[in-house]
Amino acid sequence: MNVITDNLDLFFQGFLKTLGICIICLIGALILGTVIAGFRVSPVAPLRGVGTTYVNLVRNCPLTVVLFFIAFGLPEIGINQSYYVFGCAALIVYTAAFVCEALRSGINAIPAGQAEAARAIGLTFTQNLGSIILPQAFRTAIPPVGSVIIAMFKNSAILGAFGVSGDLLGNAILLTSSRGQDPTAVYLGIGFFFLLITIPAGLILQYLERKAVILR
Amino acid sequence: MSDTNLSVLYDVPGPRARRRALVGSVVVGLLTLAVLYLIYARLDDQGQFESDRWSPLLDPSDESFQAVWKQLGTGLRNTLVGALVAITLSVAIGIVLGIARVMLGRRSRVPLVAVIEFFRGLPVVVLMYMAYQLLPDLGVNYEPLPGPDAFWWMVVGLVAYNSVIFAEILRAGVNSLPGGQREAGLVIGLTPLQTMRMIQLPQAFRTMLPAIISQMVVVLKDTSLIAFIGGYEELLRKGQFVYLNLKNPLQTLLFVAIIFIAVNFTLSWLANLAQRRMSRRSAGRGINPIHLDPGSAGNTTL
Repeated sequence: MNVITDNLDLFFQGFLKTLGICIICLIGALILGTVIAGFRVSPVAPLRGVGTTYVNLVRNCPLTVVLFFIAFGLPEIGINQSYYVFGCAALIVYTAAFVCEALRSGINAIPAGQAEAARAIGLTFTQNLGSIILPQAFRTAIPPVGSVIIAMFKNSAILGAFGVSGDLLGNAILLTSSRGQDPTAVYLGIGFFFLLITIPAGLILQYLERKAVILR
Repeated sequence: MSDTNLSVLYDVPGPRARRRALVGSVVVGLLTLAVLYLIYARLDDQGQFESDRWSPLLDPSDESFQAVWKQLGTGLRNTLVGALVAITLSVAIGIVLGIARVMLGRRSRVPLVAVIEFFRGLPVVVLMYMAYQLLPDLGVNYEPLPGPDAFWWMVVGLVAYNSVIFAEILRAGVNSLPGGQREAGLVIGLTPLQTMRMIQLPQAFRTMLPAIISQMVVVLKDTSLIAFIGGYEELLRKGQFVYLNLKNPLQTLLFVAIIFIAVNFTLSWLANLAQRRMSRRSAGRGINPIHLDPGSAGNTTL
């Protein structure tokens, strides 16, 4: 167990880096996902087409393939960035497709009667969407979007496996492979730190779910 | 509210609204084409359309064509074998864990819940690394098992994670059944285990079939994570081998992606078909596979 106490700074630094990646990708994926969800429900047919194509292609492609595509494909056409940037980009592009679907399921879950009632009392399209449908849709979408985000936190580990140094898994590989430390202690250590992200995230999500649930 | 009745949001569009929508469609269509053209110009500019980058993949008369597709074919076969083994083991273990979690008493299931939460909270790739470095350190020996060691690193990582997920899916399915199903089983003299096996589980399976198949897609996609550790020649690893030799990462990865997408599309399509057919034959209410039930946050896997 000395391995953990001796290298506590490495674990802690890895934890912070992983947390940083998670936050950047969380913001990026939510923005891109919302935009694409907007495409998918828009009245303009070509936008819907773009949104549907994006979601269906990205969702059925492994994150690793998306990552390889971005990290080894983009330099081919003269776009060079660090693995860190490419890694975050891949995670955002991939997660956005799932965020989009989760948001859409939120909109689809609103009973048609809500929109009909709003129409009946004379609200216009924008008023209807803005004050009746979307507020409810966001609340219904919290559980599925939250689950997607937690899954993204876990997926962020592949950046370390890919060779972005300094995150939790990256440091674990450094410790076991280059410095020959005891793998049992190292992996139990990073396992603990990953759970330190995913379990509280799950609890926060459960709390939000209870706050936001619409009783019908 | 389904897509078809989104129209309740606004009145039937009149001539002006229709004209606006048409103008919008044309503008967006042109913009999309412009963006596609820019991408094309960039690719062309960087010589990505030169035939020596494409012909080994597309042209049967090319000298490397046969070898390249033989590599990719082997890769696809290995991916499918890996996914099949991992799915079979995960479902089998998942059923046992799921039944245990539902049937054990409040106190005796605490250790089980702890194990489930532990594996559910870790990334699959970390579990694969654990199978690769931690288990041998603890004295696990993969030698007697058939196939390369890396195959079992992949399978153990996938099974550790997904059996827990399958267990949670089945639990959600069992909990979604009306209580009368179980009571009726007990009343006709079945033991609780028989009731579970003959009445609750089959219906839970049917209700949750879409979620189960989506999870199978996830397992199939996650087999490619072993490419980071190496040692097992699945599709992505083979693709990497091919493009390092041909020096055409974009083109080869495009084909790797297309193969993955085609396989997963077939599976997703089956999931939709199953949803329509099976959900009618169960007393359970259908559950959105994206999110199983309240309190199961974090079950989703991408």
